This record gives sequence, structure tokens and C-alpha cells, in this order.
Amino acid sequence: MATLTAKDFKSDQEVRWCPGCGDHAVLAALQRALPKVSQALNYEKERYVVVSGIGCSSRLPYYMDTFGFHSIHGRATAISTGIKVANPWLTVWQACGDGDALAIGGNHFIHAIRRNIDINIMLFNNQIYGLTKGQYSPTSKFGAITKTSPYGTVEHPFEPGSLVLGAKGTFFARSLDVELALNEEIMTAAALHDGCSVMEFLTNCVIFNDGAHKALSDPSVKADHTIVLRDGEKMIFGKNRDKGLIYDGKKIRVVHIGEGGFTEDDILVHDSHANNIGIHMALADMKGPDYPVALGVIRDVKDVTYDDGVRDQVKEVMAKSKIHCVDDLLHSGSTWEVK
Amino acid sequence: MQHKVIDTKDVVIRFAGDSGDGMQLTGSLFADMSAIYGNGLSTFPDYPAEIRAPHGTVSGVSGFQVHIGSEEVTTPGDFCDMLIAMNPAALKANAKWCKRHAMILVDEDAFDEAGMNKAGFKTDNPFVELGIEDRTLIIAPISTMTKESLKDSGMDNKSIIKCKNMFTLGIACYIYNRPLEPIYAYLDKKFSKKHPEVIAPNRKVLDDGFNYAANVQAIPNTYTVEPVKSAKKGTYRNITGNQAVAWGLLAASEKSGLPLFCGSYPITPATAILEELAIHKSLGAKTLQAEDEIAGICTAIGASFAGNLAVTTTSGPGLSLKSEALGLAVMAELPLVLVDVQRGGPSTGLPTKTEQTDLNQALYGRNGECPIPVITAHSPANCFYAAFMASKIALEHMTPVILLSEGFLGNGSEPWLIPDMKDYPEIKPPFASGSIPEGEKFHPFERDPETMVPKWAIPGQKGYEHRVGGLEKTPAGVLSTDPANHARMVAERAEKVARIAKDIPDLHVQGPESGKLLVIGWGGTYGHIASAFHDLREEGREVSYTHFDFINPLPQNTEKIFSSFEKILVCELNTGQFANYLRAQFPQFNFVKFNKIQAQPFLVEEIKEAILNEL
Repeated sequence: MATLTAKDFKSDQEVRWCPGCGDHAVLAALQRALPKVSQALNYEKERYVVVSGIGCSSRLPYYMDTFGFHSIHGRATAISTGIKVANPWLTVWQACGDGDALAIGGNHFIHAIRRNIDINIMLFNNQIYGLTKGQYSPTSKFGAITKTSPYGTVEHPFEPGSLVLGAKGTFFARSLDVELALNEEIMTAAALHDGCSVMEFLTNCVIFNDGAHKALSDPSVKADHTIVLRDGEKMIFGKNRDKGLIYDGKKIRVVHIGEGGFTEDDILVHDSHANNIGIHMALADMKGPDYPVALGVIRDVKDVTYDDGVRDQVKEVMAKSKIHCVDDLLHSGSTWEVK
Repeated sequence: MQHKVIDTKDVVIRFAGDSGDGMQLTGSLFADMSAIYGNGLSTFPDYPAEIRAPHGTVSGVSGFQVHIGSEEVTTPGDFCDMLIAMNPAALKANAKWCKRHAMILVDEDAFDEAGMNKAGFKTDNPFVELGIEDRTLIIAPISTMTKESLKDSGMDNKSIIKCKNMFTLGIACYIYNRPLEPIYAYLDKKFSKKHPEVIAPNRKVLDDGFNYAANVQAIPNTYTVEPVKSAKKGTYRNITGNQAVAWGLLAASEKSGLPLFCGSYPITPATAILEELAIHKSLGAKTLQAEDEIAGICTAIGASFAGNLAVTTTSGPGLSLKSEALGLAVMAELPLVLVDVQRGGPSTGLPTKTEQTDLNQALYGRNGECPIPVITAHSPANCFYAAFMASKIALEHMTPVILLSEGFLGNGSEPWLIPDMKDYPEIKPPFASGSIPEGEKFHPFERDPETMVPKWAIPGQKGYEHRVGGLEKTPAGVLSTDPANHARMVAERAEKVARIAKDIPDLHVQGPESGKLLVIGWGGTYGHIASAFHDLREEGREVSYTHFDFINPLPQNTEKIFSSFEKILVCELNTGQFANYLRAQFPQFNFVKFNKIQAQPFLVEEIKEAILNEL
């Protein structure tokens, strides 16, 4: 099989996102990640299907030279589910925004996670409705001033990580749009994960919500306000790599290494494969000013998948049943002869 | 009194009781037994929306009507020859369905003061109060005798009283000279694995009911209904409409070589289709019980994109929820079968009752210019063919298809001469084939000039990468807001659906080919209209009849047939949706409406009267 490159995944369609939109970077990361995934898993290009709902980020399938389905608002997850169950051989990638996945499509989102269907969901979270020009979304901060909340919202936002892990998700990762290398890493891990993978990309909407994630992405504060979690590595962060996370028996705490008697030995080591969901929830929930926001693969555990379950059950019943064709079916049960 | 055995052409029996009394089961058993015996048969379950409505009240009455005959039977019958009422409420709710000479069997034990009060009787004689005291009344202490029958069975009191329906069935079997063996066989099959201990008690109650009837003086005569002699040779089975839909879909899966995928959300009265498909995984069917109606259709659309025969099943309110996704399937030009088992509406309406009120929604209920083929079934067994044809049209013409069934068809049953699958046509989807030349791309909406159908390229097919979706595109699959392109695509999608007419059967007129009056109907009203029509023809009336199974597009000879009649009487269970549809297409003809909107099937008598009014 010829080695695929990023170019093979670029379609001939003009990319029409605004200049400076965070979606460009996520698309670039995906186009770079898929050749690596293809090599690792021996996947042909025709095996990829990219699905989306409605919204700015949902234009992504047009820019990928793969099979693609740009569906309707909120329903991408249901479409992806159908594709994967119908043909588990296909590998399904889904692009959806915070409004698409968590407002109108919230129901499908949590149920896909609950079923653990083997699809890769890229959640572009810019905390705003972009394509409809600037209304608040279910992830907009409390009090956000937008066109539909001129005096500020009076509702709490969803934390996508809490939602995913609350639905007993088997894979959750978070990153920033600009973290190209980390995003490739996350996408590759998601591809290797057998089950429902949710990747939250905190993206910048340069027009309607510029700087929404500035507190995390600004180079001057990034190192102190975020922590990149990697398996087997200590949870250390900060510009001077002098801060770390410990577990004090009740909750996770930030400590300064070398202060208050804490040494590097006390710092937690990340294990995304740990079955205990509590620690992953705590990590996913961290936010400023008391905590750094966790980036990277937070949870990646094995569990049975829905698509395998459906396929195996069909095989099992086929092997046992006496009905092998429709003629058998029609003559099954009570029948009678007229001579 | 001399006991007589009277041979009769047909008989209608209505089983009625509390929704927990097991009347649906009792009626079904009587029907299955009669089917095996070789009678013509039609059934009509009439049950409340509540699983266990307040005990003993009129709103909680569940009924099951069985019509058996020594000739072919096409309707469950307007009025019954025998009513079995397990309590005062059942008697009150069903007395109006009794013929002048009907026999009425009641459980005397249920007619105590409390039972009479719950049913709202004002006097202590319910028969006089209902004006049915002149019928043949069999007032039997069914509960007491069931208890007596099973007093040594070791069963608890609650389980014993549940067996009273079998006592009743025993009585009915005696009166209509039915053999008990098929019921024994049913009990063995049903309980041998999990509850073998209940087989013997149930048999005993059934036998005791039969023997009681043989001994009691109140039953003057018994009846026989001979098997149908003119029936075509072959193997028969009894089948409900919902089961037939499921099997027709499986048949289409086999004939197309595509795995069946059904994404559905449970909804009355369509749920049995999903349940039936879930059983038949051995034929490769995958069923997904979705989180909601929208996920039902969207998972199906995804499965269709991935190359399955995709199906979603629902009823009216679910069709409303699926509207947007139907538009997506139209735009993406993907095959999909949507089965709508219509019920009384609007909104939640009358979930367990039947109606034909979703026709407008099926034809027009979407945004944009969004044509979808609509086909229907005319009897429970015909649902097999209809589901097969819906799938064939969807797959060969690359379009979603709506199959309009009805609660009356879905829950009703009739004997069916089992077809041979080798007599069914192949289904050949327009798969894209060959390799795409280097530097060129697959054009997902380029059409066959004859049929206007685009090719189907399925993910996994090398070189055929393309994107579909809800946004308007050019034939090459590129996004476009070009005015001329939009006009072209709208016209082409409409033309694709219109040309399906070439693949559907012509209408067949019964009676004279021209004349004063043509009676027409569509869907599940066939049996009633046909009965009325045949009765009037036998009386020598000058009338013709044709029935529509295909609504959009209409059969090609529709206009020609209409042009041969002065007046066209359109009979339907709504306020005139099909008539209005026809008027819009054929304003030159004189359509007259005959409508019923009581969430109940037509009565043959009503249709006869309507026809006579127009003659």
C-alpha cells in the first residue's frame, strides 16, 4: 500500500473559514495525523468517512478528500453511529461544534458515549455560535455577553469533559487549536482507541468570540494555566516546571515542588488507562484560577464497543438459528396446507 | 329444547374485557385456531392506550374482534354475532356492536354492585338498560367456575383468576365447534421451557369451559363454519401487518444482497416491526433502538450511506420528528424506507386507534421542494409486498420512500398463502462501478438520463471519495448557490420520483370500465370498500371500484381510468386528504368525498350507504 501523506487528505475545495479561525489548525492536524494512523493500522484512504453536523466546524468534511457526510444540525453523532454499525470496517471521524454536539445534538452525543460506539468525535469548542453570527452556546461562560444575551447569560455552561465522563466515556482528550503537535498526538491516540473517542479542541472564533481561550493559549501564561498530561509522566507544569498535582486523600491539589515539604516524588503520575473514573473526572474538571486546565489524553480505557456487540450478536444468532433464508422464515411457526 | 348444529357462512366474535383480562390473547388464539382450521379470517384488535387502565371502567376495556368465514373474509366485520364481555364495562362499551340476534356471554361474577357502579350502570339490569335484553344471554359464573376448576392445582388465587380467559375460550370453542388441539399445542410451546407447571391447569380450565358449555341449557345451538373450499392450494399462515412489514423488508434485504439496518424508537402502533426485526438477526438484520425518533432515522441514513438497506419505523408523531432528516435523505439521494403505521392524530391523538391522516404529512411535510414516493398496503398480508416494493423502489431509484401502513393493518391479521421467494424480483441498486481515471473525481449527482437516478458509491470503494449532505450541490457534488443549478437540481430530483411510475403496476378496475360512478380508496380501507362494492354488485348496482396502493407517483393509467367515469367517490379515514391531492392533479374530474374521522375503520354498511347516495 502506498504511503499516504497529508496532501492525500486535502480535497480540491477552497477552505472557507475566516482567516485566523482556530478550525484551520485542527484541520491541518487531522490531515497530518491520518497518514500516521493509516500507517500504524494499515488503513486505506477509502476506509475513512468524515461526518459532521451544522456549524462552522461542520464544513470540515468538504476539505477532506475522503468519503464525507455533511448532515443536519446536531445529528452527526447519529449518522456516524449508523455508518459504524452498518459497516464496522469503516473508520469514522466526526467534526461538530459546541452548539451542534451539546445543544441540539446533546442527546445523540451522550448516547453514543454511553453505547461506546467506535467513532472519533472532534468537538470544536469555541463557546459561541459562529455560523449564525454570535449567539451564546451551551459552553459560553456564565454571564457571557452575546447577541442573544446582551445583558449576559444567566445559565451555567456544560463542561464537555464532565459530560463525557459522566456518561462513562472511555476516551476523553482536550487540547487547544494551536497545539498542532499535541493535536496530532491526541488524534492518533483516539484512532487507536477502540470505542467512542471524544476530543475537545478549544478553538478561537476570531470574529464573534476572539480570545475566549486566551487565558490558556497566550504564550505568557500558557505554561502556568495548563498542564499537558501524558501517560507515565508526572503531572508537573508551570513556566519553571516547579508546580505539580498531588492527591491529598480528599482531592487533587496544586503544590509548589520544594515548598511545604513536597518533593517531585509526591507528584501524581498520569495513567489514562486507569479504570477509576474519579481521578479522570477530577482532572477534567480542573480550571483556573486554582488549577491548570488539563490538556492531552485524560482518559483512555478499554470496554466493549456497541458496534462489536451488534456484529457479534448477529453472528451468534446466525450460527444457532434454523432460519437461514426468507423462505425458512415464511414457513416458520404455525402453518397449514390447503390441498 | 332441541340442540341444533347450524352450519353458517361466517361469524363475527368480539372478545372484550378489562385490559388485564387477556382478551387480546384469547382473541388471537381463537383466530389462529380458525386459521389453522382453514377458515377465511380477519381480526381487529381495539384496545386502550393505557397498559392497565383503571380496573372495571369503560375506558379500560380492551376488545378483539375475529371474523371467520367459509369463504374469503376481507374485513373484521361491522357487527358481531357473539359478544364475550368479561365485566359490566366491557358489556357497556361493546353492546352497540352486537347484531340483532347476537349471543352475549358475560361473567356473572363480575356483575356485582361494585362492577356495575364502576361501569356507570344506573339500574341493576344492565341488559335492559342497554336495550339488549332480547339477545341470547348466557350469564355464566366464569370466575367461580375457574376457581372451582383449579382449586386442587396448587396455584395461588391470583394466578387462578388469570385463567378465566381460557375458560371463556373453552366456551367459545364449544359454541363454534372448534378443535382444542391447536390451543393445547400453543400452551405446550409457550410454557414448556419456563413454566411447564401452568400447562396442565390451563388445559384443564379450557376443557372445563368447553364441557360447561356442552352441559348448560342456556346455549341453544352451536355453529360450524366450514374451511374455505375455494382457497388456492399451498401452505398458509396467519400474519399481522406489522409482522408482514418486517418480513417484507427482510425479503428485500435478501433479494438486494444488502444487509438490513433498522434504526427505530418504540412508538405505538409501529413497535412490533422493530421487535420482529430484532428477532431475526439470523438473516443479518441489525436493529438499533435509538435514543429518539430523530436518531432512528439518522442512524438509518448513516447506514444507508454505508451501503445497507436502511429502514426506520414509526407512527405519525415520529414522522413529524423525522421530517428534517427525510429532507436530508432526499438531498443526499440515499435509499431509505420509512414505515409510518398511522394512528389517530393530531399530536399524541389516539395512539392505539387507526386513521389515514398522515397522508398530507407524508406527501408534503418537509421544508423545500422535497418529493418522496409514498406507497401503502391494502391488507395485513399485503404489507409484505408493500414493504418489499418500498425497499425495491428506494434502492433502485436512490430515494427515501414512505410506506404508509395503518394501526388497523399493523395489528390486524389474516391468513396468507406463503409466497415462494423465487417468484419475487431481484433488486438491483445502481452501484457505481469501474475505476475512476487518474485526476478525475466521482460525480455523486450525475444521473442516468432514462431514470434520472444517480449512481451509488459506497464508502470503502477506492477512488470514489465524495461528499454528500444537506447543502445544495452541483451534479459533481460541489457546493453551489448558483440560481440555475438550484432550479436544475430541484427539477431533476422531482423528475426522478415522477419516473418511478414506470416501475409500478397499473390500476385495476373492478366492475364496468366506464360509467357513472367509480369508487376509490387507498391503503387499509380495501377490505371494507371491496365488501360494500361486491354486495352492491350482487344487488345489480352500476358501480365500479379501484384501489390505490401507490400514491406518489400515481399509477400511469390513473387519468385514463378517471376519464371514463362521471363521478369519483373517494373514501378515506380522514377529512379528504387523498381527494384533495387528486383534485390538485386532475382538476378536470368530479371528485366526491366520503370521510370518516372517528379513529375507527369504516363499516361496510356506511360505505354502501355512501355509494347508494351517489347512484
